[in-house]
Amino acid sequence: MDILVQTLADGLVIGAFYSLIALGYTMVFGIIKLLNFAHGDLYMLGAFVGYSLLSLISGNGSGTGLMGIAVVLLLTMAIVGVVGMGIERVAYRPLLLAPRLSILITAIGVSLFLENGSMIVWGAQYQVYPLQLSHDGWNVFGAQITYTQLGLVLISALLMLGLHLFINRTLYGKAMRAIAHDQTACHLMGINVHRVIGLTFFIGASLAAGAGTMAGAYYGTVNFMMGFIIGLKAFTAAVLGGIGSIPGAMLGGLLLGLMETAGTFVFGGSWKDVVAFSLLILILVLKPTGIMGEKVTERM
Amino acid sequence: MRLPSKKLGIPLLLVALCLLPFLSNNYWLDVATLALFYVVLAQGLNVVVGFAGLLDLGYAAFFAVGAYTTGILMTVYHWSFWLTLPVAMVFAAVVGVIVGAPTLRLRSDYLAIVTLGFGEIIRILAINLSITGSASGIYGIPRPSIGGYVLGGQLDFYYLILIVAVLAVLAVRRLGSSRLGRAWMYIREDEDAAEAMGINRINMKLLAYSIGAVIGSMAGSIFAVKMSAIAPLSFSFTQSIMILLAVVLGGLGSIPGVVLGAVLVIALPELLRSVEDWRYVIFGAALVAMMLFRPQGLWPASYERVKASGRKGQRARKGDEVDVEVGLDTHKYNA
Repeated sequence: MDILVQTLADGLVIGAFYSLIALGYTMVFGIIKLLNFAHGDLYMLGAFVGYSLLSLISGNGSGTGLMGIAVVLLLTMAIVGVVGMGIERVAYRPLLLAPRLSILITAIGVSLFLENGSMIVWGAQYQVYPLQLSHDGWNVFGAQITYTQLGLVLISALLMLGLHLFINRTLYGKAMRAIAHDQTACHLMGINVHRVIGLTFFIGASLAAGAGTMAGAYYGTVNFMMGFIIGLKAFTAAVLGGIGSIPGAMLGGLLLGLMETAGTFVFGGSWKDVVAFSLLILILVLKPTGIMGEKVTERM
Repeated sequence: MRLPSKKLGIPLLLVALCLLPFLSNNYWLDVATLALFYVVLAQGLNVVVGFAGLLDLGYAAFFAVGAYTTGILMTVYHWSFWLTLPVAMVFAAVVGVIVGAPTLRLRSDYLAIVTLGFGEIIRILAINLSITGSASGIYGIPRPSIGGYVLGGQLDFYYLILIVAVLAVLAVRRLGSSRLGRAWMYIREDEDAAEAMGINRINMKLLAYSIGAVIGSMAGSIFAVKMSAIAPLSFSFTQSIMILLAVVLGGLGSIPGVVLGAVLVIALPELLRSVEDWRYVIFGAALVAMMLFRPQGLWPASYERVKASGRKGQRARKGDEVDVEVGLDTHKYNA
């Protein structure tokens, strides 16, 4: 029982991070049918920008306060969101007309640039996060559930709820859904397609950055390569839920987090990535539309 | 004017390559050997990405399959190197089919991410299995011998990989201009049209993927005996990206371009030694810039030029300015 609850709790936290990153993949894919390979690196960038901001305000790690942490989180999300918009403007927008292969290769180029640029700025070694979250918590059926875990899941849920409301209740959200449906028609109807695509990149990047900052604080260390594997897994989560579907990305992330934690328990820590990637290949082969994906008219 | 120089150019280049060891020091000979490895690998990937248009982001996995097959067979079972070579090639082809058969039905961007995952799985397997020597890899791989002569020196391996590189270039060139090559290029340009013309899309893609795998594994086998030690670190995602970079930089589908790309990818970092940390940043920016300003690569394949001029001609014949304008716009927003 205690193992079951512990797995559930740990899985939920990791799953919440995956969900937040997977949302960016899904939104960008939904709107311009691009797999943004650089998306995982925006998560890493978020972790490092948060690292720098926290170091800046807390000096040598003295108390930051809950308010400070919230400000840092929002600031990080805004900064990385702008970076994401800039990437779209510089690297992807001119290539919307080009063959699919070109824009994919560009995305790889952006990913290399971000990873190694961060390595130069923040160094190649693991950095200890200036913010250490508390390990106190409750004892539920013998399992340890910390306040931190609950807090992180709550923040993630809030962000996702905000996104859900934004997409379903606002004009821009409506425009996004419309563009995902038919870009040409939207253009003819006078929607500023490029601005909405830019906004999509902003939201996707800032959600990934939020996950990055939280993950940095949760695990305690950050590294310039941390985005690569996570990006791949978030993509798995997006595919699992059904790529292009926003509730699918949320569900897929949580499921993947749970499965991975369970896989770690059964097979051991060094095999958890194999579990995730095998799952990815299996889903793509057996049910490429995922759990909540709509029927894809385009040939897969 | 062009033909005679072209006819002379290739033999001259070959003579220069054969004489290179006597004209350079050990350091540059090593760089040249590595560049030739990349020529073989990049030509293999050229079949997959350049000809068939399948973005493979886990190509280093096949390099690993070749290296580990040879390494294990030679150290554990004491096979002769020359016997391990065909086994590694068959094994790579089988692995290629196993990965390719289910996934090649997917669209190109899905394929990219699946191959990426596959590359990672191979690397994690290499780190975790005991037969592959875990994280420290396999060492003490014996030297291959021909008759009584043991290939041991730097020079021997330079010539060995030179021969293989020349063979790989010739083979890929022949493939590219064959019926098969044309089928691949049709698939790359328009899958639906290709299928409508009676090309079996899946089989052709699978063939391209497997041929690429075989060429990659061959380079891996030779790499194993040259280094006499292999570790999972050599088969990382970065390795896959560097090979892809060679193909893209040179020009997708262009044989001389890909050779040039492979040489540049190896030689540039050596020349940029002083800015070691920056080289991948520069490469990343270079990839983006290439795609934005010169997507066809440094030395594009000649059919690209023919096609471009043909398209231009068509547009000119159409004549109607407004029509062209609208056509372009819809195209842009549908992309």
